[in-house]
Amino acid sequence: MSQNPVSTFDNDSAHWLVQARGVTKSFGEGAIRIPVLKGVDLDVARGEVLLLVGPSGSGKTTLLSVIAGILESDEGEVRILGESIPELSASDKTKFRRDHLGFIFQQYHLLPTLTAVENAAVPLLIRGVSKHDALAQAEAVLGNMGMGERLAALPTRLSGGEQQRVAIARALVGNPKLLLCDEPTASLDGETGHRIVQQLHDVGKQPDRAVIIVTHDTRIFEFGDRIVHMEDGRVDQIQHGQEEPG
Amino acid sequence: MNYVALKMLFGDRAKYLMLLAGLTFSTMLIVQQGSIFWGLMTWSQSGITNVNAPVWVADSNINQVEEIKPLADTAVTVVRSVPGVEWALPLYKGVQRARLRDGNYEQIALVGIDSSTLIGRPHTVLEGKIEDLRSPEAVAIDQLGIERLGGPENIYLGTTFEINDHRVRVVAIVKTQKSFQNFPFVYTTYERALSVTPEERRKLSYVLANPVSGVSPEELARRIHEQTGLGAFTEEQFGWKTVQWILQNTGIGVNFGTTVLLGFIVGMAISGQTFYLFTVENLPQFGALKAIGASTGMLARMILLQSFTVGFIGYGIGVGLATLFGLTAGSGGRLPFKETWPLLVGVAVALLLICSISSVISIRKLAKLEPAIVFRG
Ligand SMILES: Nc1ncnc2c1ncn2[C@@H]1O[C@H](COP(=O)(O)OP(=O)(O)OP(=O)(O)O)[C@@H](O)[C@H]1O
Ligand SMILES: [Mg+2]
Repeated sequence: MSQNPVSTFDNDSAHWLVQARGVTKSFGEGAIRIPVLKGVDLDVARGEVLLLVGPSGSGKTTLLSVIAGILESDEGEVRILGESIPELSASDKTKFRRDHLGFIFQQYHLLPTLTAVENAAVPLLIRGVSKHDALAQAEAVLGNMGMGERLAALPTRLSGGEQQRVAIARALVGNPKLLLCDEPTASLDGETGHRIVQQLHDVGKQPDRAVIIVTHDTRIFEFGDRIVHMEDGRVDQIQHGQEEPG
Repeated sequence: MNYVALKMLFGDRAKYLMLLAGLTFSTMLIVQQGSIFWGLMTWSQSGITNVNAPVWVADSNINQVEEIKPLADTAVTVVRSVPGVEWALPLYKGVQRARLRDGNYEQIALVGIDSSTLIGRPHTVLEGKIEDLRSPEAVAIDQLGIERLGGPENIYLGTTFEINDHRVRVVAIVKTQKSFQNFPFVYTTYERALSVTPEERRKLSYVLANPVSGVSPEELARRIHEQTGLGAFTEEQFGWKTVQWILQNTGIGVNFGTTVLLGFIVGMAISGQTFYLFTVENLPQFGALKAIGASTGMLARMILLQSFTVGFIGYGIGVGLATLFGLTAGSGGRLPFKETWPLLVGVAVALLLICSISSVISIRKLAKLEPAIVFRG
């Protein structure tokens, strides 16, 4: 007898910011149907910085997409801030992402015709913040990341590391409750990477916030409260980092 | 997000210019061809508009204004007997030969108007007095006539030339609307027109009539037709009849229609496709926006803004270029070119259609877009 996944929620949404239970996801149809997530359970506490590590193809990006509600899971439950994501309508999912989530994509996906500061301001513009205010806030965030000199540059004129910092600024600018990062430090040198992850970490440590970072980068393991290993569509083992969850 | 949408559009210079070129070309072609067509139609009605009369009475089988089917002389009296007629007067119209001083011949459109009222006279007299038509041998001539009959150094007030071996003298220079056949207009009195033209059993071309106050020209035309069996039309009806006849009996309508349709289709094909390509290539960007939290409605508004912005600019440049063409090539009435507001509205509607259709196709694509593409490698 399989257990009803929902019953395993401890329903303590004051403690947990993200709760996922029994999440499965397959791609393709019939004979070529490939299961990618094979029943994932994952909890992220408020004030926690969680690192998600695992070999390529193990399903890390897929899991992030399902948690964010931009990919439908086949089965399972996902709750963020007590809200059941799969049960939201498509437009409510979009609104939820706009209001509560921040993203750093593996391929930054900056808009090529917008300058660095304009790119960083996009989430605020989507929320309807005036152009003037949005640019001012984006400028401040980029300044904190050592990008103050590169505000007016187009993405094609930026190095990989600079593009990544713009992508991170874009994720931070709206003060999201949950920050979802896919390989945020891949193109950064050690020192910059350190500084950026410190910043992501500081975001996660604020009350009522959390950060999930997918990474291969062993240099940043020290910033994780917990390190979760994924292997072949399953969360394999949970290992505690240096700090305890807040 | 309007700002972001416009930056996406203008930032992609190559595609933006391609889009703009397609819409501009399409607009220019349609406006230019449409204006030439309308200019030709205006010229075709000049036989009517150069004679200011509310109601035209002619043979019941008449097709268009240049097709003269002479009436019996009694027709004037017959029309006068219809209730509601204030006045009814004869008009002579016919193509005649004028002989120049150098002995060459030139064809002219001779118009004979009632000598006492001078009804049927041209709108604008440039030199001399139209009343002098009542004096012996007098004619009025238009500017094209001056050009054709020897130029201003040879033809001016007081000079003479011959129509069918009858000497006539220029007493006024008038302004007329060019005709389709492009003959100069020469005005004289009805009686003199009869005397300088060859003997024929019937010479009365038209009867011009005016309703008493309280009766509309349409009503009068209807009454005259019913009571006399003659063809009777208001100025406007006769104009449309002429245009219709030309469209049915010449290739003009088909030719221009084809070009205009071509302009529309080419504009549609180029612009629609470029715009679709623009959207498809920007799908990752739109996907990122969707993932970050932009609703499909917001993306749709962005697409519409992009499409209508480029449409609006293309329309402006296209109309501007066509107008410039009209002002240079068509200046001084050398080329029929008449840009009318219904045409401009029509082209605007066509462009709205092109922009809407390409937007809708792109928006459908966006609506189906999985934001998850942004997380993929
Ligand atoms: N849309 C899709 N259609 C088909 N297969 C997919 C799709 N998205 C992901 N996959 C497959 O699912 C598996 C897991 O992919 P995923 O991107 O989640 O892995 P990952 O752990 O993020 O890998 P990496 O470390 O290389 O980014 C891979 O085998 C991938 O090919
Ligand atoms: Mg991945």
